[in-house]
Amino acid sequence: MDLTSISPVLLLASLMVAATPILLAALGELVVERAGVLNLGVEGMMITGAIAGFATAVATGSALLGFVGAAAGGAALSLLFAVLVLWLRSNQVATGLALTLFGLGLASLAGQPYNGVRAPPMPELDIPLLSGIPVLGPILFRHDPVVYLALALVGGVWWFLHRARAGLVLRAVGENHDAAHALGYKVLRLRLLAIAFGGACAGLGGAYLSLVRVPQWTEGITAGAGWIALAIVVFASWRPLRLLLGAWLFGGISVLQLNLQAANAPIPVEVLSMTPYLVTILVLVLISSGRGRARLAAPGSLGQPFHASR
Amino acid sequence: MSDALLAIRGLTKAYPGVVANSDVSFDIRPSSVHALLGENGAGKSTLVKTIYGLVRPDAGTMTLAGQPYAPPEPRAARAAGVAMVFQHFSLFDALSVAENIALGMEDPPPLRDLSARIAQVSRDYGLPLDPNRIVGDLSAGERQRVEIIRCLLQSPRLLIMDEPTSVLTPQEVEILFRTLRKLREEGLAILYISHKLEEIRVLCEEATILRGGRVVATCDPQRTSARRMAEMMVGGTLKTPARAAHPGGDTVLDVQGLSAPSPRPHGTALRGVTFSVARGEVLGIGGVAGNGQDELLLALSGEMRTAPGMVRLKGELVGSLRPSARRARGLLCAPEERMGHAAAPDMTLTENAFLSGRLRERLARRGFVNWTAARGFAERIIRDFDVRTPGPSAAARSLSGGNLQKFVIGREILQRPEVLIVNQPTWGVDASAAAAIRQALLDLASQGAAVVVVSQDLDELMEISDRFAALNEGRLSPARPARGLTVEEIGLMLGGAHGMEVAHAH
Repeated sequence: MDLTSISPVLLLASLMVAATPILLAALGELVVERAGVLNLGVEGMMITGAIAGFATAVATGSALLGFVGAAAGGAALSLLFAVLVLWLRSNQVATGLALTLFGLGLASLAGQPYNGVRAPPMPELDIPLLSGIPVLGPILFRHDPVVYLALALVGGVWWFLHRARAGLVLRAVGENHDAAHALGYKVLRLRLLAIAFGGACAGLGGAYLSLVRVPQWTEGITAGAGWIALAIVVFASWRPLRLLLGAWLFGGISVLQLNLQAANAPIPVEVLSMTPYLVTILVLVLISSGRGRARLAAPGSLGQPFHASR
Repeated sequence: MSDALLAIRGLTKAYPGVVANSDVSFDIRPSSVHALLGENGAGKSTLVKTIYGLVRPDAGTMTLAGQPYAPPEPRAARAAGVAMVFQHFSLFDALSVAENIALGMEDPPPLRDLSARIAQVSRDYGLPLDPNRIVGDLSAGERQRVEIIRCLLQSPRLLIMDEPTSVLTPQEVEILFRTLRKLREEGLAILYISHKLEEIRVLCEEATILRGGRVVATCDPQRTSARRMAEMMVGGTLKTPARAAHPGGDTVLDVQGLSAPSPRPHGTALRGVTFSVARGEVLGIGGVAGNGQDELLLALSGEMRTAPGMVRLKGELVGSLRPSARRARGLLCAPEERMGHAAAPDMTLTENAFLSGRLRERLARRGFVNWTAARGFAERIIRDFDVRTPGPSAAARSLSGGNLQKFVIGREILQRPEVLIVNQPTWGVDASAAAAIRQALLDLASQGAAVVVVSQDLDELMEISDRFAALNEGRLSPARPARGLTVEEIGLMLGGAHGMEVAHAH
């Protein structure tokens, strides 16, 4: 084993990249859950976004347009969920799981013609001057635009939830939808918008995998990233800034295990590949054992169907 | 009438199978407190929801200060100067006072300015409140102040209050009434809905009484007795619960130093609760909701287990026993929440009767349900306690609150408990059903059972208790004989007006 082959600078730089897809998906899910809806279909929306983005990028020759297509694809799938859950009042957990299964199947079907096709390259955004700084330059300032978009979205979501009036209403709807309805707020319309935003974010996250990280189409490309995103939302106790920390933590673990594999660490490869998922389970267990602390932070109406009583 | 602020003419609203309001007409004058009376299901809440724009009437018109008034949504009602304080407070626990108030406003100023205005209004009207606190940590009285201040910041012309005093201590009621009188002097009209007729007699100048969706009477509450108003609501005569005098029996339930953390978020821990109840005795435990009532019930029923010696039944240590073991020994409980705790809403009455009566009524044999016996038990409850339902195969959800409560209480009483513990036995139940339930509890006591009634309704506790104790922040006061206790003494036992001292310090 040769640990010296792992460069800390490269590790941190690739951590930012590895964290981006789960960060995007988790951020969308955070907004959805803050509005009081539990959408377990993140994995399905991510992979739908991955293939929608890949197909758009191949067709147009532009990776950036691919991301637009991915957001549209994720949002479209999430609208299916929204109609089922909000208007037909189906069970959110079951519908979310079904959405994941549906998304996986749909992506695999739509992805058939794209096996072995290469994606158009993503433009690197070399920020002049800043990218020249030693150590910090490669870690922070030599990434593609989507990395910065994800970071900007974290700030934007934080600002929206805690400073904007519409964000206050969204939190109120998630906290107590009956009270919000009694005050005259449109619970369903707001949740619809939140779900669509969540779908678009999950789609972006998926497309980041198929267009930047891999970058080609393979079946099951998301490999459970959507589930990790769901766990991070709980880990972050529904706060955007903690979500960033959570995403970096999980991004770091997955990069580290890849590096350890490459460095021939004396641990079976299977165990190393398992680590992000093991840590997810561990974190969830630790948080849930904290005697109701996690439940305190959870939006009050999370997962409950809303029915405007007359 | 030209002097009316709000004139209601012929309002009618029908839902499938039930007419909630039928040709309702009355006037509310400015600078007055107008009472709206009626039993559950009389159509009061449909009427106020219509005024507040949550419900659209099928027929009829409203006029607000001479202008036609038909709000399509609450926003329009608020813009027209109609504000409402809800019965179940429409607040958001996880948000701060200022954020909650901002949500109820059309065009709120930035939070910092809003906080200053909240402080101003709360001083002007004697409603102490800190705008930065999280609403989930406030007492019921303080939460109500949040709602009232939210309304007042919009400078309304008509304020609707739905059961405002049901969760307040007597001292908090005094503060509220002082505020309402001040508002009335400033020209505000207040539509006041309450079951508490004595309060209405003190506060209101006019009363409109609804029964079955129609206006059946209007009266001047200051010149009408509470009994007369109650009879107009019910449409018949009312029986006051009566009981035979009983000899003092030996102690059956003895609780010593019961301390336990709450299993719920935002719950209250029990701190050294000590009391005992004798055969034939009714112990009333009063207190504002959220002071440990739920936790006490859980600890007594066995849903929350404690050290064995904290709860003794006939001398036996039962503190660590499970609910079924305690039921087998004669300690029965009827929790407050009817839907989902006392009864499974989607199961039939037979199934619900079985769930509680399995052990004591021997409704199961060798692991199989004896449906004939279970159905017989359910039928007996329905018959003996006058539960209005098509039959034992009706789902619990289909019963009205009062009828389901009669079923739940009757189910426990018919199992011949030695100790019965009930929480809020008549909450949200209309006057005649409430009287029947209280009478049943008194009858049970005179047959030699010990009864513990936990309730927020002080009038109810004074009516049926032999001794009274107050629960305040998880501590129970020593029990005192209920006869001769004054409202002031009870108020002090309940811990006075919550948060007053703290708030004045700001």
